[in-house]
Amino acid sequence: MSPNHREKLRINNLHAYYGESHILHGIDLTVMQGELVTLLGRNGSGRSTTLKAIMNMVGKRSGQIVVNGNDTMSLPAHRIAHLGLGFCPEERGIFSSLNVEENLMLPPAVRSDGMSVDEIYAMFPNLYERRTSQGTRLSGGEQQMLALARILRSGANILLLDEITEGLAPVIVQKLAEVLVQLKNRGLTILLVEQNFRFAAPIADRHYVMEHGHIVEEIAAHELAEKTELLNTYLGV
Amino acid sequence: MASLFDINLFALFGQLLIGLINGSFYALLSLGLAIIFGLLKIINFAQGAMYMLGAFAALLGMQYLGINYWFALILVPLAVGLVGILMERFLIRRIANEDHLYSLLLTFGLALMLQGIFTHLFGSSGLSYPIPDALKGGTKLPFMYLPNYRAWIILVSVVVCIGTWWMIEKTKLGAYLRAGTENPQLLQAFGINVPLIVTLTFGFGVALAGLAGVMAAPVYSVSPDMGSNILIVVFAIVVIGGMGSIGGAILTGLGMGVIEGLTKYFYPEASTTVIFLVMVIVLLFKPAGLFGKEA
Repeated sequence: MSPNHREKLRINNLHAYYGESHILHGIDLTVMQGELVTLLGRNGSGRSTTLKAIMNMVGKRSGQIVVNGNDTMSLPAHRIAHLGLGFCPEERGIFSSLNVEENLMLPPAVRSDGMSVDEIYAMFPNLYERRTSQGTRLSGGEQQMLALARILRSGANILLLDEITEGLAPVIVQKLAEVLVQLKNRGLTILLVEQNFRFAAPIADRHYVMEHGHIVEEIAAHELAEKTELLNTYLGV
Repeated sequence: MASLFDINLFALFGQLLIGLINGSFYALLSLGLAIIFGLLKIINFAQGAMYMLGAFAALLGMQYLGINYWFALILVPLAVGLVGILMERFLIRRIANEDHLYSLLLTFGLALMLQGIFTHLFGSSGLSYPIPDALKGGTKLPFMYLPNYRAWIILVSVVVCIGTWWMIEKTKLGAYLRAGTENPQLLQAFGINVPLIVTLTFGFGVALAGLAGVMAAPVYSVSPDMGSNILIVVFAIVVIGGMGSIGGAILTGLGMGVIEGLTKYFYPEASTTVIFLVMVIVLLFKPAGLFGKEA
Protein backbone atom coordinates (compact mmCIF):
# COMPACT_ATOMS: atom_id res chain seq x y z
CA MET A 1 0.00 0.00 0.00
CA SER A 2 1.31 3.45 -0.82
CA PRO A 3 2.57 5.53 2.09
CA ASN A 4 -0.25 7.99 1.41
CA HIS A 5 -3.10 5.48 1.57
CA ARG A 6 -4.55 7.34 4.55
CA GLU A 7 -4.53 10.62 2.71
CA LYS A 8 -8.20 11.47 1.93
CA LEU A 9 -7.85 14.97 0.55
CA ARG A 10 -4.87 16.83 -0.86
CA ILE A 11 -4.89 20.28 -2.41
CA ASN A 12 -1.86 21.62 -4.29
CA ASN A 13 -1.46 25.22 -5.38
CA LEU A 14 -5.20 25.85 -5.70
CA HIS A 15 -6.28 29.13 -7.25
CA ALA A 16 -9.96 30.02 -7.53
CA TYR A 17 -11.86 32.90 -9.06
CA TYR A 18 -15.36 34.35 -8.89
CA GLY A 19 -15.71 36.10 -12.21
CA GLU A 20 -12.82 38.56 -12.32
CA SER A 21 -11.96 38.37 -8.63
CA HIS A 22 -9.06 36.13 -7.70
CA ILE A 23 -10.10 34.62 -4.34
CA LEU A 24 -7.66 31.78 -3.56
CA HIS A 25 -3.96 32.35 -4.21
CA GLY A 26 -2.30 28.96 -4.20
CA ILE A 27 -3.70 26.87 -1.33
CA ASP A 28 -1.89 23.72 -0.17
CA LEU A 29 -3.45 21.45 2.38
CA THR A 30 -3.80 17.78 3.26
CA VAL A 31 -6.34 15.93 5.37
CA MET A 32 -5.68 12.35 6.49
CA GLN A 33 -8.29 9.69 7.14
CA GLY A 34 -10.09 10.16 10.45
CA GLU A 35 -8.67 13.62 10.97
CA LEU A 36 -10.74 16.64 11.93
CA VAL A 37 -9.05 19.69 10.44
CA THR A 38 -10.31 23.25 10.66
CA LEU A 39 -9.92 26.24 8.40
CA LEU A 40 -9.73 29.29 10.63
CA GLY A 41 -9.61 32.90 9.59
CA ARG A 42 -11.57 36.11 9.33
CA ASN A 43 -14.61 36.54 7.13
CA GLY A 44 -13.58 36.84 3.50
CA SER A 45 -10.26 35.05 3.99
CA GLY A 46 -11.28 32.37 1.49
CA ARG A 47 -12.29 29.48 3.77
CA SER A 48 -15.78 28.92 2.31
CA THR A 49 -14.40 29.36 -1.18
CA THR A 50 -11.90 26.58 -0.48
CA LEU A 51 -14.74 24.18 0.33
CA LYS A 52 -16.75 25.30 -2.70
CA ALA A 53 -13.69 24.95 -4.94
CA ILE A 54 -13.31 21.35 -3.78
CA MET A 55 -16.95 20.75 -4.83
CA ASN A 56 -16.38 22.55 -8.17
CA MET A 57 -18.89 25.25 -7.24
CA VAL A 58 -16.76 28.31 -8.07
CA GLY A 59 -16.20 29.92 -11.46
CA LYS A 60 -12.64 29.09 -12.45
CA ARG A 61 -10.02 26.97 -10.72
CA SER A 62 -6.44 25.90 -11.27
CA GLY A 63 -4.09 23.65 -9.34
CA GLN A 64 -4.74 20.15 -8.10
CA ILE A 65 -7.42 18.64 -5.84
CA VAL A 66 -7.02 14.95 -5.06
CA VAL A 67 -9.85 13.09 -3.30
CA ASN A 68 -9.18 9.49 -2.26
CA GLY A 69 -6.37 9.38 -4.80
CA ASN A 70 -8.48 10.76 -7.69
CA ASP A 71 -7.63 14.04 -9.34
CA THR A 72 -10.96 15.88 -9.48
CA MET A 73 -10.09 19.03 -11.43
CA SER A 74 -11.57 17.73 -14.66
CA LEU A 75 -14.67 16.12 -13.10
CA PRO A 76 -18.09 17.75 -13.57
CA ALA A 77 -19.65 18.98 -10.32
CA HIS A 78 -22.14 16.12 -10.02
CA ARG A 79 -19.41 13.45 -10.10
CA ILE A 80 -17.41 14.83 -7.19
CA ALA A 81 -19.80 13.82 -4.40
CA HIS A 82 -19.57 10.24 -5.63
CA LEU A 83 -15.93 10.11 -4.48
CA GLY A 84 -17.33 10.11 -0.95
CA LEU A 85 -17.60 13.83 -0.31
CA GLY A 86 -20.45 15.38 1.65
CA PHE A 87 -20.88 19.16 1.61
CA CYS A 88 -22.79 21.15 4.21
CA PRO A 89 -23.07 24.75 2.97
CA GLU A 90 -22.89 27.80 5.20
CA GLU A 91 -26.53 28.76 4.58
CA ARG A 92 -27.42 25.08 5.37
CA GLY A 93 -29.24 24.69 2.08
CA ILE A 94 -32.43 23.10 3.39
CA PHE A 95 -34.94 22.96 0.53
CA SER A 96 -38.20 24.71 1.42
CA SER A 97 -40.24 22.84 -1.18
CA LEU A 98 -39.25 19.50 0.37
CA ASN A 99 -40.34 18.16 3.73
CA VAL A 100 -37.81 17.00 6.33
CA GLU A 101 -37.78 13.39 5.18
CA GLU A 102 -37.49 14.37 1.50
CA ASN A 103 -34.57 16.63 2.40
CA LEU A 104 -32.98 13.78 4.29
CA MET A 105 -33.42 11.31 1.42
CA LEU A 106 -32.43 13.76 -1.33
CA PRO A 107 -28.67 13.19 -1.74
CA PRO A 108 -28.07 9.91 -3.56
CA ALA A 109 -25.95 7.29 -1.82
CA VAL A 110 -22.33 7.96 -2.74
CA ARG A 111 -21.00 4.98 -0.80
CA SER A 112 -22.69 1.83 0.38
CA ASP A 113 -22.05 2.12 4.12
CA GLY A 114 -23.98 5.29 4.90
CA MET A 115 -25.92 5.62 8.14
CA SER A 116 -29.38 4.10 7.98
CA VAL A 117 -32.43 6.27 8.44
CA ASP A 118 -33.00 4.58 11.83
CA GLU A 119 -29.48 5.45 12.97
CA ILE A 120 -29.97 9.03 11.81
CA TYR A 121 -33.25 9.37 13.68
CA ALA A 122 -31.62 7.84 16.77
CA MET A 123 -28.86 10.45 16.56
CA PHE A 124 -31.28 13.31 15.85
CA PRO A 125 -34.66 12.42 17.45
CA ASN A 126 -36.09 15.87 16.63
CA LEU A 127 -35.87 15.14 12.93
CA TYR A 128 -38.01 12.03 13.35
CA GLU A 129 -40.70 13.95 15.21
CA ARG A 130 -40.77 16.61 12.51
CA ARG A 131 -40.22 14.40 9.47
CA THR A 132 -43.37 15.59 7.68
CA SER A 133 -42.77 19.30 8.32
CA GLN A 134 -41.61 21.60 5.58
CA GLY A 135 -37.80 21.68 5.69
CA THR A 136 -37.46 25.38 6.39
CA ARG A 137 -40.08 25.31 9.19
CA LEU A 138 -37.47 23.71 11.45
CA SER A 139 -35.53 25.78 13.98
CA GLY A 140 -32.02 26.84 13.01
CA GLY A 141 -30.52 24.07 15.10
CA GLU A 142 -32.79 21.42 13.63
CA GLN A 143 -32.02 22.63 10.11
CA GLN A 144 -28.32 22.26 10.88
CA MET A 145 -28.90 18.72 12.16
CA LEU A 146 -30.81 17.94 8.96
CA ALA A 147 -28.07 19.39 6.76
CA LEU A 148 -25.57 17.14 8.54
CA ALA A 149 -27.86 14.12 8.64
CA ARG A 150 -28.53 14.06 4.92
CA ILE A 151 -24.84 13.82 4.00
CA LEU A 152 -24.31 11.13 6.64
CA ARG A 153 -27.10 9.08 5.11
CA SER A 154 -25.46 9.36 1.70
CA GLY A 155 -22.45 7.50 3.07
CA ALA A 156 -20.01 10.36 2.49
CA ASN A 157 -16.86 9.74 4.54
CA ILE A 158 -15.18 13.07 3.88
CA LEU A 159 -17.31 15.88 5.27
CA LEU A 160 -16.85 19.51 4.28
CA LEU A 161 -18.70 21.54 6.90
CA ASP A 162 -19.09 25.30 6.56
CA GLU A 163 -19.82 27.32 9.74
CA ILE A 164 -22.15 24.74 11.22
CA THR A 165 -22.41 26.50 14.60
CA GLU A 166 -23.23 29.94 13.23
CA GLY A 167 -26.14 31.58 15.02
CA LEU A 168 -26.98 28.54 17.15
CA ALA A 169 -27.69 28.39 20.90
CA PRO A 170 -24.83 27.09 23.11
CA VAL A 171 -26.71 23.91 23.99
CA ILE A 172 -27.04 23.04 20.29
CA VAL A 173 -23.41 23.90 19.63
CA GLN A 174 -22.56 21.45 22.43
CA LYS A 175 -24.71 18.77 20.76
CA LEU A 176 -22.97 19.37 17.43
CA ALA A 177 -19.55 18.98 19.10
CA GLU A 178 -20.69 15.62 20.48
CA VAL A 179 -21.92 14.55 17.05
CA LEU A 180 -18.61 15.50 15.40
CA VAL A 181 -16.67 13.51 18.00
CA GLN A 182 -18.92 10.50 17.33
CA LEU A 183 -18.34 10.84 13.58
CA LYS A 184 -14.60 11.13 14.09
CA ASN A 185 -14.69 7.96 16.18
CA ARG A 186 -16.43 6.23 13.29
CA GLY A 187 -13.39 7.07 11.16
CA LEU A 188 -14.93 9.90 9.14
CA THR A 189 -12.67 12.65 7.84
CA ILE A 190 -13.82 16.19 8.47
CA LEU A 191 -12.72 19.55 7.08
CA LEU A 192 -14.43 22.21 9.13
CA VAL A 193 -14.69 25.93 8.40
CA GLU A 194 -15.33 27.52 11.76
CA GLN A 195 -15.62 30.96 13.29
CA ASN A 196 -16.21 29.65 16.78
CA PHE A 197 -12.71 28.73 17.88
CA ARG A 198 -13.87 27.56 21.31
CA PHE A 199 -16.07 25.01 19.54
CA ALA A 200 -13.31 23.81 17.23
CA ALA A 201 -10.26 23.82 19.51
CA PRO A 202 -11.09 20.85 21.76
CA ILE A 203 -12.21 18.52 18.93
CA ALA A 204 -9.79 19.32 16.07
CA ASP A 205 -6.50 17.59 15.29
CA ARG A 206 -5.04 20.40 13.23
CA HIS A 207 -5.84 23.94 12.18
CA TYR A 208 -5.02 25.84 9.04
CA VAL A 209 -5.18 29.62 9.34
CA MET A 210 -6.21 31.53 6.22
CA GLU A 211 -5.77 35.17 5.32
CA HIS A 212 -6.45 36.93 1.99
CA GLY A 213 -6.73 33.65 0.11
CA HIS A 214 -3.48 32.18 1.47
CA ILE A 215 -2.80 29.62 4.14
CA VAL A 216 -0.58 31.51 6.56
CA GLU A 217 -0.17 29.04 9.39
CA GLU A 218 -0.63 25.38 10.21
CA ILE A 219 -1.08 24.55 13.88
CA ALA A 220 -1.36 21.06 15.37
CA ALA A 221 -3.64 20.57 18.37
CA HIS A 222 -0.71 20.14 20.78
CA GLU A 223 0.86 23.44 19.62
CA LEU A 224 -2.26 25.47 20.39
CA ALA A 225 -1.18 26.62 23.83
CA GLU A 226 2.14 28.07 22.67
CA LYS A 227 0.66 29.62 19.54
CA THR A 228 -2.45 31.17 21.09
CA GLU A 229 -1.10 34.68 20.82
CA LEU A 230 -0.17 34.29 17.16
CA LEU A 231 -3.59 32.84 16.42
CA ASN A 232 -5.32 35.72 18.18
CA THR A 233 -3.54 38.24 15.97
CA TYR A 234 -4.65 36.37 12.85
CA LEU A 235 -8.23 35.96 13.98
CA GLY A 236 -8.40 39.44 15.45
CA VAL A 237 -9.92 38.34 18.73
CA MET B 1 -88.37 23.20 -20.24
CA ALA B 2 -84.68 23.49 -19.63
CA SER B 3 -85.05 27.13 -18.85
CA LEU B 4 -84.72 28.34 -15.30
CA PHE B 5 -84.97 32.01 -14.27
CA ASP B 6 -84.47 33.00 -17.87
CA ILE B 7 -81.29 30.98 -18.09
CA ASN B 8 -81.17 28.59 -21.01
CA LEU B 9 -79.53 25.60 -19.38
CA PHE B 10 -78.76 23.91 -22.70
CA ALA B 11 -76.83 26.92 -23.89
CA LEU B 12 -75.21 27.50 -20.51
CA PHE B 13 -73.98 23.91 -20.18
CA GLY B 14 -72.89 23.97 -23.78
CA GLN B 15 -70.67 26.96 -23.10
CA LEU B 16 -69.46 25.46 -19.86
CA LEU B 17 -68.40 22.36 -21.76
CA ILE B 18 -66.56 24.38 -24.37
CA GLY B 19 -64.96 26.29 -21.51
CA LEU B 20 -63.84 23.07 -19.86
CA ILE B 21 -62.36 21.81 -23.12
CA ASN B 22 -60.49 25.04 -23.76
CA GLY B 23 -59.46 24.91 -20.11
CA SER B 24 -58.09 21.40 -20.62
CA PHE B 25 -55.76 22.69 -23.32
CA TYR B 26 -54.87 25.76 -21.27
CA ALA B 27 -54.02 23.49 -18.32
CA LEU B 28 -51.77 21.18 -20.36
CA LEU B 29 -49.95 24.07 -22.01
CA SER B 30 -49.53 26.20 -18.90
CA LEU B 31 -48.43 23.14 -16.92
CA GLY B 32 -45.62 22.58 -19.43
CA LEU B 33 -44.66 26.25 -19.27
CA ALA B 34 -44.70 26.22 -15.47
CA ILE B 35 -42.46 23.15 -15.21
CA ILE B 36 -39.96 24.61 -17.67
CA PHE B 37 -40.00 28.02 -16.01
CA GLY B 38 -39.52 26.49 -12.56
CA LEU B 39 -36.32 24.64 -13.35
CA LEU B 40 -34.80 26.59 -16.25
CA LYS B 41 -36.13 30.03 -15.30
CA ILE B 42 -36.88 30.64 -18.95
CA ILE B 43 -40.17 31.53 -20.57
CA ASN B 44 -40.59 29.15 -23.47
CA PHE B 45 -42.20 31.17 -26.23
CA ALA B 46 -41.98 28.12 -28.48
CA GLN B 47 -44.55 26.23 -26.37
CA GLY B 48 -47.34 27.23 -28.76
CA ALA B 49 -45.26 26.16 -31.75
CA MET B 50 -44.71 22.77 -30.10
CA TYR B 51 -48.49 22.44 -29.68
CA MET B 52 -48.88 23.25 -33.38
CA LEU B 53 -46.10 20.80 -34.19
CA GLY B 54 -47.95 18.09 -32.23
CA ALA B 55 -51.15 18.66 -34.22
CA PHE B 56 -49.29 18.63 -37.54
CA ALA B 57 -47.27 15.57 -36.55
CA ALA B 58 -50.53 13.69 -35.87
CA LEU B 59 -51.99 14.83 -39.18
CA LEU B 60 -48.92 14.10 -41.31
CA GLY B 61 -48.29 10.84 -39.49
CA MET B 62 -51.77 9.71 -40.45
CA GLN B 63 -51.53 10.91 -44.06
CA TYR B 64 -48.06 9.61 -44.88
CA LEU B 65 -47.29 6.85 -42.39
CA GLY B 66 -50.76 5.59 -41.58
CA ILE B 67 -50.27 6.19 -37.86
CA ASN B 68 -53.69 6.25 -36.28
CA TYR B 69 -54.87 8.55 -33.49
CA TRP B 70 -54.11 6.13 -30.68
CA PHE B 71 -50.50 5.58 -31.71
CA ALA B 72 -50.13 9.30 -32.38
CA LEU B 73 -51.24 9.95 -28.82
CA ILE B 74 -48.11 8.10 -27.63
CA LEU B 75 -45.63 8.70 -30.46
CA VAL B 76 -46.19 12.40 -31.12
CA PRO B 77 -45.46 13.59 -27.55
CA LEU B 78 -42.29 11.49 -27.63
CA ALA B 79 -41.25 13.02 -30.96
CA VAL B 80 -42.08 16.56 -29.89
CA GLY B 81 -40.30 15.93 -26.58
CA LEU B 82 -37.25 14.86 -28.57
CA VAL B 83 -37.39 18.10 -30.54
CA GLY B 84 -37.46 19.90 -27.19
CA ILE B 85 -34.49 17.91 -25.92
CA LEU B 86 -32.47 18.83 -29.01
CA MET B 87 -33.56 22.44 -28.64
CA GLU B 88 -32.41 22.58 -25.03
CA ARG B 89 -29.21 20.67 -25.58
CA PHE B 90 -27.95 22.55 -28.65
CA LEU B 91 -29.52 26.01 -28.44
CA ILE B 92 -30.91 27.00 -25.05
CA ARG B 93 -28.01 25.59 -23.03
CA ARG B 94 -25.56 27.81 -24.88
CA ILE B 95 -27.24 30.92 -23.50
CA ALA B 96 -28.32 29.47 -20.16
CA ASN B 97 -26.03 31.81 -18.23
CA GLU B 98 -26.97 34.94 -20.16
CA ASP B 99 -29.79 37.34 -19.35
CA HIS B 100 -33.21 35.63 -19.61
CA LEU B 101 -34.13 38.04 -22.37
CA TYR B 102 -31.91 36.03 -24.72
CA SER B 103 -33.71 32.74 -24.17
CA LEU B 104 -37.02 34.55 -24.55
CA LEU B 105 -35.89 35.95 -27.91
CA LEU B 106 -34.45 32.60 -28.95
CA THR B 107 -37.63 30.65 -28.26
CA PHE B 108 -39.76 33.41 -29.79
CA GLY B 109 -37.60 33.30 -32.93
CA LEU B 110 -37.85 29.52 -33.10
CA ALA B 111 -41.63 29.76 -32.81
CA LEU B 112 -41.81 32.28 -35.65
CA MET B 113 -39.54 30.14 -37.83
CA LEU B 114 -41.60 26.99 -37.26
CA GLN B 115 -44.82 28.84 -37.91
CA GLY B 116 -43.34 30.35 -41.09
CA ILE B 117 -42.13 26.99 -42.38
CA PHE B 118 -45.50 25.35 -41.80
CA THR B 119 -47.34 28.26 -43.40
CA HIS B 120 -45.08 27.97 -46.43
CA LEU B 121 -45.66 24.22 -46.71
CA PHE B 122 -49.32 23.91 -45.80
CA GLY B 123 -50.86 27.36 -46.15
CA SER B 124 -52.67 29.11 -43.35
CA SER B 125 -56.26 28.06 -43.99
CA GLY B 126 -56.22 25.06 -41.66
CA LEU B 127 -56.60 21.32 -42.24
CA SER B 128 -58.91 18.85 -40.60
CA TYR B 129 -58.17 15.66 -38.71
CA PRO B 130 -60.88 13.03 -38.20
CA ILE B 131 -62.22 12.10 -34.80
CA PRO B 132 -61.21 8.48 -34.10
CA ASP B 133 -64.09 6.05 -34.70
CA ALA B 134 -64.21 4.80 -31.13
CA LEU B 135 -64.89 8.32 -29.87
CA LYS B 136 -67.49 9.38 -32.41
CA GLY B 137 -71.01 10.11 -31.29
CA GLY B 138 -72.07 11.37 -27.93
CA THR B 139 -74.09 10.88 -24.79
CA LYS B 140 -77.33 12.63 -24.02
CA LEU B 141 -77.31 14.02 -20.50
CA PRO B 142 -80.34 15.64 -18.83
CA PHE B 143 -79.18 19.16 -19.63
CA MET B 144 -76.96 18.70 -22.60
CA TYR B 145 -75.55 16.57 -25.36
CA LEU B 146 -71.98 15.51 -24.52
CA PRO B 147 -69.88 14.53 -27.55
CA ASN B 148 -67.67 11.57 -26.59
CA TYR B 149 -64.49 13.04 -27.99
CA ARG B 150 -64.91 16.20 -25.90
CA ALA B 151 -65.43 14.15 -22.76
CA TRP B 152 -62.27 12.24 -23.70
CA ILE B 153 -60.27 15.49 -23.93
CA ILE B 154 -61.31 16.53 -20.45
CA LEU B 155 -60.59 13.07 -19.05
CA VAL B 156 -57.11 12.79 -20.59
CA SER B 157 -56.17 16.31 -19.61
CA VAL B 158 -57.24 15.83 -16.00
CA VAL B 159 -55.47 12.45 -15.74
CA VAL B 160 -52.25 13.79 -17.28
CA CYS B 161 -52.30 16.92 -15.12
CA ILE B 162 -52.93 15.00 -11.89
CA GLY B 163 -50.30 12.42 -12.88
CA THR B 164 -47.74 15.15 -13.52
CA TRP B 165 -48.60 16.91 -10.28
CA TRP B 166 -48.26 13.61 -8.39
CA MET B 167 -44.92 12.86 -10.02
CA ILE B 168 -43.53 16.27 -9.09
CA GLU B 169 -44.92 16.48 -5.56
CA LYS B 170 -44.74 12.88 -4.40
CA THR B 171 -41.84 11.05 -6.06
CA LYS B 172 -38.07 11.07 -5.71
CA LEU B 173 -37.66 12.36 -9.25
CA GLY B 174 -40.06 15.17 -8.38
CA ALA B 175 -37.99 15.94 -5.27
CA TYR B 176 -34.93 16.36 -7.50
CA LEU B 177 -36.94 18.67 -9.73
CA ARG B 178 -38.17 20.77 -6.81
CA ALA B 179 -34.72 20.92 -5.24
CA GLY B 180 -33.18 21.83 -8.59
CA THR B 181 -35.72 24.60 -8.97
CA GLU B 182 -34.62 26.05 -5.62
CA ASN B 183 -30.86 25.52 -5.60
CA PRO B 184 -29.42 23.69 -8.62
CA GLN B 185 -25.83 24.24 -7.54
CA LEU B 186 -26.30 22.48 -4.22
CA LEU B 187 -28.24 19.63 -5.80
CA GLN B 188 -25.34 19.18 -8.20
CA ALA B 189 -22.91 19.14 -5.26
CA PHE B 190 -24.92 16.25 -3.78
CA GLY B 191 -24.07 14.24 -6.86
CA ILE B 192 -27.13 14.74 -9.06
CA ASN B 193 -26.62 15.34 -12.77
CA VAL B 194 -28.57 18.60 -12.92
CA PRO B 195 -27.89 19.37 -16.61
CA LEU B 196 -29.48 16.01 -17.49
CA ILE B 197 -32.52 16.79 -15.33
CA VAL B 198 -32.82 20.18 -17.02
CA THR B 199 -32.78 18.60 -20.48
CA LEU B 200 -35.35 15.94 -19.56
CA THR B 201 -37.58 18.50 -17.87
CA PHE B 202 -37.57 20.72 -20.92
CA GLY B 203 -38.35 17.70 -23.09
CA PHE B 204 -41.22 16.71 -20.80
CA GLY B 205 -42.69 20.21 -20.67
CA VAL B 206 -42.60 20.43 -24.43
CA ALA B 207 -44.02 16.91 -24.80
CA LEU B 208 -47.09 18.07 -22.86
CA ALA B 209 -47.62 20.71 -25.55
CA GLY B 210 -47.21 18.00 -28.22
CA LEU B 211 -49.85 15.88 -26.47
CA ALA B 212 -52.21 18.84 -26.33
CA GLY B 213 -51.61 19.30 -30.06
CA VAL B 214 -52.64 15.71 -30.88
CA MET B 215 -55.76 16.01 -28.78
CA ALA B 216 -56.64 19.36 -30.35
CA ALA B 217 -56.26 18.14 -33.94
CA PRO B 218 -59.76 16.56 -34.19
CA VAL B 219 -61.59 19.50 -32.57
CA TYR B 220 -59.76 22.61 -33.78
CA SER B 221 -58.54 23.13 -37.28
CA VAL B 222 -54.87 22.19 -37.68
CA SER B 223 -53.18 25.38 -38.81
CA PRO B 224 -49.73 26.97 -38.44
CA ASP B 225 -51.04 29.81 -36.30
CA MET B 226 -53.02 27.64 -33.86
CA GLY B 227 -50.10 27.81 -31.42
CA SER B 228 -49.55 31.54 -31.42
CA ASN B 229 -53.28 32.14 -30.97
CA ILE B 230 -53.56 30.03 -27.85
CA LEU B 231 -50.18 30.96 -26.39
CA ILE B 232 -51.10 34.54 -25.54
CA VAL B 233 -54.03 33.31 -23.44
CA VAL B 234 -51.84 30.63 -21.85
CA PHE B 235 -49.28 33.23 -20.82
CA ALA B 236 -52.03 35.25 -19.15
CA ILE B 237 -53.08 32.07 -17.33
CA VAL B 238 -49.55 31.35 -16.14
CA VAL B 239 -49.33 34.91 -14.81
CA ILE B 240 -52.69 34.53 -13.02
CA GLY B 241 -51.73 31.18 -11.51
CA GLY B 242 -48.27 32.32 -10.48
CA MET B 243 -45.05 31.61 -12.33
CA GLY B 244 -43.63 28.19 -11.61
CA SER B 245 -46.54 26.92 -9.50
CA ILE B 246 -47.51 23.45 -10.77
CA GLY B 247 -50.88 23.07 -9.08
CA GLY B 248 -51.60 26.72 -9.80
CA ALA B 249 -51.07 26.29 -13.52
CA ILE B 250 -53.46 23.31 -13.66
CA LEU B 251 -56.26 24.84 -11.59
CA THR B 252 -55.99 28.24 -13.25
CA GLY B 253 -55.99 26.66 -16.71
CA LEU B 254 -59.22 24.77 -16.10
CA GLY B 255 -60.76 27.62 -14.11
CA MET B 256 -60.07 30.25 -16.75
CA GLY B 257 -61.55 28.01 -19.43
CA VAL B 258 -64.73 27.80 -17.39
CA ILE B 259 -64.80 31.56 -16.73
CA GLU B 260 -64.33 32.16 -20.44
CA GLY B 261 -67.22 29.78 -21.18
CA LEU B 262 -69.51 31.46 -18.65
CA THR B 263 -68.68 34.85 -20.10
CA LYS B 264 -69.57 33.56 -23.55
CA TYR B 265 -73.02 32.77 -22.21
CA PHE B 266 -73.70 35.84 -20.09
CA TYR B 267 -71.84 38.54 -22.01
CA PRO B 268 -70.31 37.15 -25.21
CA GLU B 269 -68.72 40.48 -26.17
CA ALA B 270 -66.28 40.17 -23.25
CA SER B 271 -65.39 36.51 -23.74
CA THR B 272 -62.09 37.14 -25.50
CA THR B 273 -60.94 39.72 -22.97
CA VAL B 274 -62.19 38.29 -19.68
CA ILE B 275 -58.98 36.34 -19.01
CA PHE B 276 -56.88 39.45 -19.45
CA LEU B 277 -59.23 41.36 -17.18
CA VAL B 278 -58.75 38.68 -14.52
CA MET B 279 -55.00 38.94 -15.08
CA VAL B 280 -55.02 42.69 -14.44
CA ILE B 281 -57.09 42.30 -11.28
CA VAL B 282 -54.88 39.49 -9.96
CA LEU B 283 -51.71 41.44 -10.70
CA LEU B 284 -53.09 44.47 -8.85
CA PHE B 285 -53.86 42.55 -5.68
CA LYS B 286 -51.49 39.57 -5.82
CA PRO B 287 -48.52 40.40 -8.03
CA ALA B 288 -47.01 36.93 -7.61
CA GLY B 289 -50.20 35.29 -8.93
CA LEU B 290 -52.91 33.32 -7.13
CA PHE B 291 -50.65 30.37 -6.27
CA GLY B 292 -47.22 31.98 -6.60
CA LYS B 293 -44.87 32.61 -3.71
CA GLU B 294 -44.12 36.26 -2.96
CA ALA B 295 -40.50 36.94 -3.78
